[in-house]
Amino acid sequence: MASFKPTKIQVYPKLGEKVTQDTLYWKNYKAPVQIKEFGAITSIDFSPVAPHNFAVTAFTRIHIYGPFSQEPVKTLTRFKDTAYCGRFRSDGQLLVAGCEDSVVRLFDVSGKAALRMFRGHTKAVHVTDFTSDRYQILTGSDDYTCRLWDIPNATELNSYREHTDYVRCGVTSKLNRDLFITGSYDHTLKLFDARADKSVMTMDHGQPVESLLLYPSEGLLVSAGGRHVKVWDLLKGGQPLVSMKNHHKTVTCLCLSSNGQRLLSASLDRHVKVYNTTNYKVVHNFDYAASILSLALAPNDESIVAGMTNSILSIKHRKSPEESAEVSGQQRRTPSYRVFVKGKNYAPKQDDYLVSKPVKQHLAKYDKQLRTFNVSNSLDTALATWTRLRKPEITVAVIKELDRRGTLKNALAGRDEQWLARLLNFLIGNLVDPRFAAVLAPAAEMILDVYRRVVGQSPLVDRQLLRLQELLEREIDYQQDLLEVLGMLDTLFASSLPRLEVPHPGTSRANGLAQGEAGTSRPQLQAT
Amino acid sequence: MVEHGDIRVVHRGGSKINSREPVVTNDSRFLLCASGERVKVFSTSTEECVHDLRGHTDLVTGVLLRPTNHLQVYSCSVDGTVRLWDFTDGILIKTYDIGYPVYAIYASANHEGVFFIVTPTQSDNRSELFQLVAVHLPQSGDQLVEAQELSAVLSNVSSNPAATGFGRGGEYIASAKGLHLEVYFFKKQKSYRFSLKEDNKKGGKNTLMCIACHPKDDCIATGHEDGKIRLWRNFNHKKEYTYTTLHWHHNAVSSLRFTPEGTNLLSGGLESVLVQWRYNQESERDFLPRLGSAITHIAVSPDGTLFCTSHSDNKITIIQSCVKVSAVIQGLVNGESVRTDLMVDPRSKSLVLNGKPGHLQFYSLQRDKLLYNLDIVQQEYIHELGLQQFEVVKVAFDAPGNWMATVEERKPKAAEPEINLKLWAFDEQTQSFVLNTTVSAPHEAQITSMCFSQAADGQTSMLVSASEDGHFKAWQLPRSACTEDEGPSWSCDFVGDYRGLAPQCCCFSADGSLLAVSFQEVVTVWSPASWELLTTLSQPPKAIRDLCFGRLGCSKYLMGTTASNLLCCWNLLTCSLEWSTSMDVSLLLSDPLTENMAAFCCQAESTDLFVFKPSEPRPVASLKAVCSGKVTRAVFAPREEMLESCEESSQWLNRSQLYFLTQHMDLMTFTTKAEEDRLAASSKQLFIDDSVAMTPFYLLLGKHRKQENQDSLTRLSAELMPLPRGSLAIKELLQSPAHVLPSTSVLCSMFVESLLVSVADGSEESKHAEEEMESEKEEEDSEGEMESRTPRPEPASPGLQSAESAAPALTKAQLKELRRVKKLDHGWLADLLLS
Repeated sequence: MASFKPTKIQVYPKLGEKVTQDTLYWKNYKAPVQIKEFGAITSIDFSPVAPHNFAVTAFTRIHIYGPFSQEPVKTLTRFKDTAYCGRFRSDGQLLVAGCEDSVVRLFDVSGKAALRMFRGHTKAVHVTDFTSDRYQILTGSDDYTCRLWDIPNATELNSYREHTDYVRCGVTSKLNRDLFITGSYDHTLKLFDARADKSVMTMDHGQPVESLLLYPSEGLLVSAGGRHVKVWDLLKGGQPLVSMKNHHKTVTCLCLSSNGQRLLSASLDRHVKVYNTTNYKVVHNFDYAASILSLALAPNDESIVAGMTNSILSIKHRKSPEESAEVSGQQRRTPSYRVFVKGKNYAPKQDDYLVSKPVKQHLAKYDKQLRTFNVSNSLDTALATWTRLRKPEITVAVIKELDRRGTLKNALAGRDEQWLARLLNFLIGNLVDPRFAAVLAPAAEMILDVYRRVVGQSPLVDRQLLRLQELLEREIDYQQDLLEVLGMLDTLFASSLPRLEVPHPGTSRANGLAQGEAGTSRPQLQAT
Repeated sequence: MVEHGDIRVVHRGGSKINSREPVVTNDSRFLLCASGERVKVFSTSTEECVHDLRGHTDLVTGVLLRPTNHLQVYSCSVDGTVRLWDFTDGILIKTYDIGYPVYAIYASANHEGVFFIVTPTQSDNRSELFQLVAVHLPQSGDQLVEAQELSAVLSNVSSNPAATGFGRGGEYIASAKGLHLEVYFFKKQKSYRFSLKEDNKKGGKNTLMCIACHPKDDCIATGHEDGKIRLWRNFNHKKEYTYTTLHWHHNAVSSLRFTPEGTNLLSGGLESVLVQWRYNQESERDFLPRLGSAITHIAVSPDGTLFCTSHSDNKITIIQSCVKVSAVIQGLVNGESVRTDLMVDPRSKSLVLNGKPGHLQFYSLQRDKLLYNLDIVQQEYIHELGLQQFEVVKVAFDAPGNWMATVEERKPKAAEPEINLKLWAFDEQTQSFVLNTTVSAPHEAQITSMCFSQAADGQTSMLVSASEDGHFKAWQLPRSACTEDEGPSWSCDFVGDYRGLAPQCCCFSADGSLLAVSFQEVVTVWSPASWELLTTLSQPPKAIRDLCFGRLGCSKYLMGTTASNLLCCWNLLTCSLEWSTSMDVSLLLSDPLTENMAAFCCQAESTDLFVFKPSEPRPVASLKAVCSGKVTRAVFAPREEMLESCEESSQWLNRSQLYFLTQHMDLMTFTTKAEEDRLAASSKQLFIDDSVAMTPFYLLLGKHRKQENQDSLTRLSAELMPLPRGSLAIKELLQSPAHVLPSTSVLCSMFVESLLVSVADGSEESKHAEEEMESEKEEEDSEGEMESRTPRPEPASPGLQSAESAAPALTKAQLKELRRVKKLDHGWLADLLLS
């Protein structure tokens, strides 16, 4: 005796974004804190030492914020013009910044006045950085040069004039004090060695380079320029590895998540994309209110800080584990694990006699009614308010099952006005849903068949029927429009694709010939 | 059945076991049922087939326990004989030659020496009229007896065996046909006839379907086409008869049966529910629902503990007193038509085809046994006439058997057909297929063909389905892109079409590098790697019917058959026609293990088989008139072990076996002489003449137990052997304290003597012994002969014999010693002990 097979509820593919580990990770941030700055925020840099303050360069100031404060803990204002690229030294004590007035200033983080001023550039300095030995500064300027400066003497050590356009980004090696890379609007990336007078490697990005990033291993270099993000293998002499084009406006900033597994790129198109660094596929994406100029991640991804053109600084802090746990706890209060395994894991002793109990089959209410052939009642159950509104697929599945059993007409017939209005309401809500249309359209036809004679007797039902008719007319128009669009697309595709010729146009003819040829010496299958 | 050389066409399993009512033996241990030309004896507890009673030469139409001897059974057949069997040993006892086809057999304990059969009224088989005939059994000791004494009892009866039955104590026999019920009383030699109206007011149909007579009461139950059951009483009067009506079934009642005590009435029909009515309290009913498929017969064991229902899907269910299904004997389910092709599961090497509605059956060809049914549709089956049900229409397996694809279809009236494509993954743990992906509405119209890519690497699986909507689709399992919570699922990879024509067949080449899809008369060849149309081949004027790539050495050939009776072979290297021949091929298939291809060719109402290699147009083997009618389903099944036949005509059967389904849904195969001999030998080896059901366990344990039995028997005989004096002596010996006994050396010899010699023939024995001593002296040099003589049976001395059998391995020295001891006079000790 086989058991009753419950009604199959069709599982429809979930629409929208798939929930992956990445979405969970990147969604686990609090609502952003927004701080208004004085101008477009061009640079954000996190201090490498413990409290992990961050320096925000905007207009003529550099604000240093603490990890959780919303007020700057420190403000550096000694700039004559727009400041650029405030960078911390690796010990977090010094900060360097370029300026529109071509002077590079070095600050003590605790002081206010500049410790050193490096003069020599003739135009605005957009790039500043410390070398890994902490005694030198790299700068890049709109006068096409990049220079190395000695901090103690405040003297220029070397100047490189290889770029043919503005130098707008640069990065120093963390492992080697002599290596640094600069990117310029002349579309090139150049790797310099301070011990040599010339660049040792040149890579062509193809677009004005906006941002550079070195992997922690320093074998790979990421450059952003135009809409492209490119990855270069430095150990293979600057061979291009991957080129990604996921933004639809210029990519302005790059940064790496703390474990080095994810790469983030921010763009003027207001999006931040998260890439997997193994296959360089976009795994997540979040957007901001305005074009993003700068982006930084706190160590351990504790916070995401983005600076935008509308001079808003957005800080998103990571949710603490308790908080996220609390949220999920509120969502569902499920019985503990103990309840489920109660008595189930008891191992029988050697002499115990095992009495096997048949497992009781749990059936939904509509299934119980279907099992006993109570078709009308099962339809009632499936049309209960909660099911109808929250799980229309159950209602549709029961209607489908009744149709399969050939008893849908019986279940629909003999209803009162209220019930019919409820069913029509459900139909109006779901009839044009492509997932349900195939099931509900015959059911609607059946309703019209059954209740044709009483049309016009109830104003309530009549109103619903008119609405249904209106809905169907609209849907038909809509489908027609869609078909027209499809036809247009087809012609476009057909004209854009090169016509594919069958490589052996003469084959069919050859076959015909072969047949004639074979006709003379056609071997006959003979029974032996 | 045609013999050709040494290749024969034989039935291979799948005969119906539900054609007639099964019979349960008196001890409820065996179940007998007619199965094709045989009677099969099943064990009711283990479901194993214990015996196969072979002898009839045509369909067996009835099985009946002999009323006077419950260990014997009658079987009747259309071949005009009734045979008497001993079913415990599987021996044919007697054959009664009737001379007319027998359609049913009845007997009653009160009519000794007579049985009743249903035969056609005219001697020719075409007649629609049947009569009930009493046959008086001639008393004769011969094996083959010709039954001459026939006397007609009732004329114009139904050929359905359920429509006739014996009444209380064999006093009357009742028979139903159409709208009439006829009761014949043997004492009065008179029959009464009762009729019902054609239709009652509500439009119900009153046609009688089956009949059952109460064993203790004068009551006849009849089942009707509209689902009613009528209980007739008072039928020994022409006018004053009465009936009561019971109604639960909504379709025709196909079987009725009273329990042996008459307390319950069992009924069954299309609803596949066994209904148990209390006799005289008919409002109380018990139900046993969801028995799988329509009930065709009900049988009750003579002690009333077991009910058996046979079902329309070739199944017999054994039910323990209407509570629990205890066993299911399942034969090969033969649907009305096998919509899925015959398939072979690459893992279990079992035949796969449509089974129960919505199921696939996996049928082991080697063991002729249903392995399991796989539920494909996974929906409650509603037993109702005229309801459109989901049917499994296509099945495909990939080469290693990891994936199975099924297509199910339902065509509601005045609506679009519902099609589901399901992909099943083989689960190692449960050893069965588990649903992986369901694609609802994969195509807009019927799927005409489906095949898996046969790539040998086993990494990428690809399925191609062709449909009448003008497209063929390639489905692929993405290798990596799966999320953590759920495994990979199949998705559509490519949709192809060709000039809006409807594709008919699709076929992958042996290495999976080419896909051939036929669009009416054009064969298109595609590259599955790039989905590029490589070439087209065509052979007008008619559409392509079958497509098949060559295998192994012939992989460069593509075979096709067209509707205009043409068999074509294209060479894919030159893209031209290699050869073609004109023959009406109904089915073309290739052997996956060899280069051979088989073509079933329909000519003048019978089918010929040609086996050939694509490389040459000459057949390797050909068989004329394999069966009548068209063959549309066939499959090559790989053999478990290769045959070593060196004859050229049967070499193609070495690696795989060809099975096919005839028009009448009989499963046939081709065997060679050598193979049959081997099979026969192995079956003899397996034969064990025990009444206990033969199961693998029994084979293991049975021998052991038998041996044990023998052992215990000999031990028992040794123990029970009367040793009047010896036993007393032993008793005394054991009871007396050790310090009063003589030395052990003396006692030992006495003890042995007491075992060897009985008192009665003691002197004689000693004489014998002395004679033997002398003879021994004479033959002392011939040791071998001496030893062969020692176990010589000596009827006069059972004691000696038993002792010798208990300790048969005595060396010569020991024997001598024994004899010496025997000659010593121990009388003094015996006297001492006795005193």
